[in-house]
Amino acid sequence: MLLADARALCPALAVAPADPAGDLALLERLALWAQRWGPWVALDPPDGLLVDTTGTAHLFGGEDRLLDDTARHLVGRGFAARLAIAPTAGAGWALAHYGPERAILCPGDSLDQLPVAALRLDPAAELVLRRLGLKRVGDLGGVARDALARRFRSARAPAANPLVRLDQLFGRVPEPVLPVRAAELPLVQRRLIEPIRHRPLLDRVLADLCADMARLLEGKARGGRRFDLMLWKVDGEVVQRRLELSAASRDAAHVARLFAARLDDIDAGFGIELARLAVPWSEPLPLSQRDLDAAAEAHGTSLFACIDRLATRLGEQAVRRPVPQASHVPERAQHWVPPLVPGIPGQKQPDFQTRPLKLLDRAEPIAVLHASPDGLPHRFRWRGEVHEIARAEGPERIAPEWWRERSGTRLRDYYRVEDRAGRRYWIYRAGLVDDGRGGIPEWFLQGLYA
Amino acid sequence: MTVPTPLSAFARRPASPPWRTLSSPADLAQWRPGLVDGTPHGEIFAASRDGGGAGLALALAFDRTRDDERPWLWVQDRAALRLAGRPYHPGLPSALRRRLIHVCAATAQDALFALEEGLRCRDLAFVLGEVTGNPRALDFTASRRLSLTAERHGVPLWLVRLDAGVDLSSARMRWHARSAASLPPRWNAAAPGHPAWHAELFRARSHPPGEWILHDDGQVLAAGPPDPRDLAAGSGDRSLAAG
Repeated sequence: MLLADARALCPALAVAPADPAGDLALLERLALWAQRWGPWVALDPPDGLLVDTTGTAHLFGGEDRLLDDTARHLVGRGFAARLAIAPTAGAGWALAHYGPERAILCPGDSLDQLPVAALRLDPAAELVLRRLGLKRVGDLGGVARDALARRFRSARAPAANPLVRLDQLFGRVPEPVLPVRAAELPLVQRRLIEPIRHRPLLDRVLADLCADMARLLEGKARGGRRFDLMLWKVDGEVVQRRLELSAASRDAAHVARLFAARLDDIDAGFGIELARLAVPWSEPLPLSQRDLDAAAEAHGTSLFACIDRLATRLGEQAVRRPVPQASHVPERAQHWVPPLVPGIPGQKQPDFQTRPLKLLDRAEPIAVLHASPDGLPHRFRWRGEVHEIARAEGPERIAPEWWRERSGTRLRDYYRVEDRAGRRYWIYRAGLVDDGRGGIPEWFLQGLYA
Repeated sequence: MTVPTPLSAFARRPASPPWRTLSSPADLAQWRPGLVDGTPHGEIFAASRDGGGAGLALALAFDRTRDDERPWLWVQDRAALRLAGRPYHPGLPSALRRRLIHVCAATAQDALFALEEGLRCRDLAFVLGEVTGNPRALDFTASRRLSLTAERHGVPLWLVRLDAGVDLSSARMRWHARSAASLPPRWNAAAPGHPAWHAELFRARSHPPGEWILHDDGQVLAAGPPDPRDLAAGSGDRSLAAG
């Protein structure tokens, strides 16, 4: 019935708009409050809460007293509630919705008389069961299990499959629930009497904010990994700057200095009236390090402060650490990770492989003179200079990785060579003369030995 | 914004730093690479097509810090990266390869900034730099700044100058380096062996200059006299007398 029709019939009808988002927020607040009866509370939208009361009933003097306490508090806050205690979340839900008032499920009690709606099924599955004449939970026990499994074999979701719900009801399969935890975002702000338009004042405000935040974080024994600075301007715009640190820190001077490098391009316009600093990502940090900057003068900076400064000025990509990678193609045998990420212990490199100290990013083509097509090279020309090879070792054949590369990729024959001046290089011939994957094999110089 | 260290701060450092242990003139005359000298700032001139410059710098730096477990920093400017290559994990000395932190700086200014930040860090064993040519930013003032920071914080700096002319610098030791014929390997005489370098110390604050063939024998940096084989190719099996 439309609201207009209803009002035509009964002009005194009281009307309240629906507010699903507000209801959900209320339920979340209620869930946090309900942690007084158990450490884990999960939401059951739109109108239910699941409280894990394992081991807490004795605090209230038994399960029935626990339910009395719950009912009294909820009524006191103006809620009408139906309560039940059961060994599984499914049974608790079923009893609270379809069972007797304040039911407590004891061993030996039967749930057979509950309607199938108590299984938390979606309407389509419920309709199927009703058409089959299965009205009570106990009726499902009378049907062969494999017949039910066959009928609902395509239903994966628990709410569409009565067998899964039945097993959850009796605790035969686990049912994970997602508990609600309160998370408090560390937040400090400065409201400015006079909008500021100049950089020195902004630096001052920033230093104050960072000091406030350091105190706040120190109280929680945490350090920030990500800092969000938001500046509200008088003309209604918001400037946002984000900072990420390589390790948790609450050193005010360090954070302020890193932010200062990011504030150069801010257009203050008519002035900034509100500055706020938030830490959306923080990590536990014991109360140990303070006064980093004064200590830096005397004892030097710590590694993470050094890396933060380098990464802020040169970019995240500029400060890296090589780690080995499982590949035998040389340029793929290492990759680069951020400097403080711990490496994965890999296979030890065999001792008989002598690898160059440095590898060129792109192997450079060289012209090689050799006695026979498969023999050792005699001399080569690289970057316009001829190197006479005095000693050489090879070939070390490295085949292409067929699971990564195209089928036409040629194998490589690597040679370690030393020229008459003692300079040592790593060169390779790409392919064989008769491998059918191209013409005359080309030579490349890839690495420089120490 | 980095607050520069005021130069007056350096005046307060102790008069005799702990690493300067050579005192008598006899000691100085007997000095050769591999003995204690505690150079906090050394400069090595090498060609970019020769991997020996970086190899010698790494050997000299590693020689001082053999049982140091701290990370170390390798700073390269972009031209050095392009000309002389990027550090290769499997090819680094096994004691050093896990602890490398590599910095790729776009310009010489950025490289100097990274070097100085590295020298100020107490958690680094040593700092290795590779800078190409003679950039304007790397003048005498900049090198003196690096020397003072290295001395103050006790972190050694080895700066490899690729394809550079010898300009003014305050480095405590300055070397010309190039690869030398490698040591004969144990099994295959035709193969390149353990690396060796020809190093010429042409300016040092507390040592007489000299010339050596250096190689790392696993325990110390061993120094030998400059080999005449360097000048002429080995005689092979022909007789040396002309007649």
